[in-house]
Amino acid sequence: MRIAIVDESASRASIIEEGLAQLPDIELFVLTERRGLLARIEEIAPDVVLIDLGNPSRDVLEEYFTVSRVVARPIAMFVDESDEEAIGASIDAGVSVYVVDGLASNRIRSVLDLAVRRFNAFARLQSDLAEAKGKLAERETVDKAKRILMQSKGVTEPEAYAELRRKAMSSSRRIVDIAEAVVTAHELMGGE
Amino acid sequence: MTEHLTIGFLPLVDACLPILAHEHGFAEEQGVALSFQRDVSWATVLDRLLYGHSDAAHLIAPLAIATTLGRGRPAQPLATPFVLGLNGNAITFSPELAAKVAEPGKLSDPVRLGAALAEEARARVAAGKRLRFGVVHRYSSHNYMLRYWLAASGIRPDEDVEIVTVAPPFVADALETGEVDGACVGEPWNSAAVQRGVGVIVLATAQIWRRGVEKVLAFRAPVLEARRPAVEALIRAMRKAGAHFVDQANWETNAEILSRPEYLGSDPKLILGAISDRLVLVQGAEPVRYDDFMFQHREAANFPWVSQAQWLYSQLVRWDHIPYSAEDAEAAARVFRPDVYRSALLETGDLLPGASSKVEGGVGKLTAVTAQQGAMVLSKDTFFDGRTFDPDDLERYLDSLRNG
Repeated sequence: MRIAIVDESASRASIIEEGLAQLPDIELFVLTERRGLLARIEEIAPDVVLIDLGNPSRDVLEEYFTVSRVVARPIAMFVDESDEEAIGASIDAGVSVYVVDGLASNRIRSVLDLAVRRFNAFARLQSDLAEAKGKLAERETVDKAKRILMQSKGVTEPEAYAELRRKAMSSSRRIVDIAEAVVTAHELMGGE
Repeated sequence: MTEHLTIGFLPLVDACLPILAHEHGFAEEQGVALSFQRDVSWATVLDRLLYGHSDAAHLIAPLAIATTLGRGRPAQPLATPFVLGLNGNAITFSPELAAKVAEPGKLSDPVRLGAALAEEARARVAAGKRLRFGVVHRYSSHNYMLRYWLAASGIRPDEDVEIVTVAPPFVADALETGEVDGACVGEPWNSAAVQRGVGVIVLATAQIWRRGVEKVLAFRAPVLEARRPAVEALIRAMRKAGAHFVDQANWETNAEILSRPEYLGSDPKLILGAISDRLVLVQGAEPVRYDDFMFQHREAANFPWVSQAQWLYSQLVRWDHIPYSAEDAEAAARVFRPDVYRSALLETGDLLPGASSKVEGGVGKLTAVTAQQGAMVLSKDTFFDGRTFDPDDLERYLDSLRNG
């Protein structure tokens, strides 16, 4: 089975590629460039096209399939029009599937399930990354606030931290919010 | 109790009415809360609508008909109780093509430009490199307007030129790289190409059909029935948003709102141009005013005339080269739901046409028409070639188009 993966995000494409490579009898082609997309698809002549739902080339691709269905092979979108659940899962994960020449639906199903799992894995990776970045930024803010308190009040680092925590607990807010307020106040008062 | 509706949209100026209904509190006033799902392709907007990610969608009108008839994907009945606007698109040529066949800096006369283009198209066919035009989707009014104009100008859209799909945000790129020689697209994407110096606006689609149906608000038919009170509340809110939108005093505020990253994410100056019917046609030139470039509110602009749906069906038959079918024609006509529009607005004092269908292109000058309440005046709605479309005579219309 020849599968084309169309994704402008090379890192996501490689995650999907890696997952699908586990399946037997599969040839994978990854397309990350928008330019020349149709020519490449024509060249590859895939049985299945997996494309990211947010890809702006989807209308271009559908037009191509509509026309090519008129002249040559049948196109089915997704697995089987009656398989609402699979389609819903695929849209939730952000993947759209085109089955080009009416492959057996049990074979497509395993491809689709795997693609959905890989798309979800990628989404998790992204949110973990965003969370890690957020945590890092939070720690920097707290460090900054500690330095400000140490300098202006002449306290030690543990004392500065204890003060932030006390204030946070007494006002039921997060330490980072208190730290943020300290930093902002310091900037307003002319600090750097 | 507040009902909640999620609306899918593409970043285009004519997604404005639901957005402004939300931003200015008109929706809330009517007891309906809105949230939005922004996408970049019509295929995705449609997928999300069909599989319940969104309750309603900003959609190109012909796609609502095509989906109902099962063209391109399995058939699912859609229902359109509200037209989001008429026209608002333009045709932009590459500077080279514009210099050859148009007068850059002026909106062309569609008949003269069509004749000059026909000559150029023939020359290009002879040279073995056909002119190529981009439209945003196979089932778009852009495609139908462009083809209507080309065909009436003696250019066969499928033989003498090539028409391909280009996503709106990439129209300027496609012009720059020579992938296309021209495109028909909505704002702000024509202006974006002009701003970059890679395109020249030569024609507004309103010059082809003065009151051409453009985007609609589409629901899945069963969802429309199940959520009828919320749908009607939304219609009332969007009518209020329309009155706000066309009031000059609000233009700048609304351009600012629409330009935000969560909506269009684009230059407020370009959006203001479309809102105020003022277009910069060539890079660096002063804007040119074209009245009713976009038409969002007056003269029952939002009323889903059944005859508009039937005209769209006639073009689908024409350009998909499929036989006319009375059954399909009826299914297509049923997509537009003037009954829902009426029942939503009956108590509000808003103007409602007495009929649900009209001869399209038949109003040559200001005409008073029967209204359910008040008096309603319609202005010119003509096609550039002077043809009219009588929905009761759909088959004969198709024949007349075939025979020139």
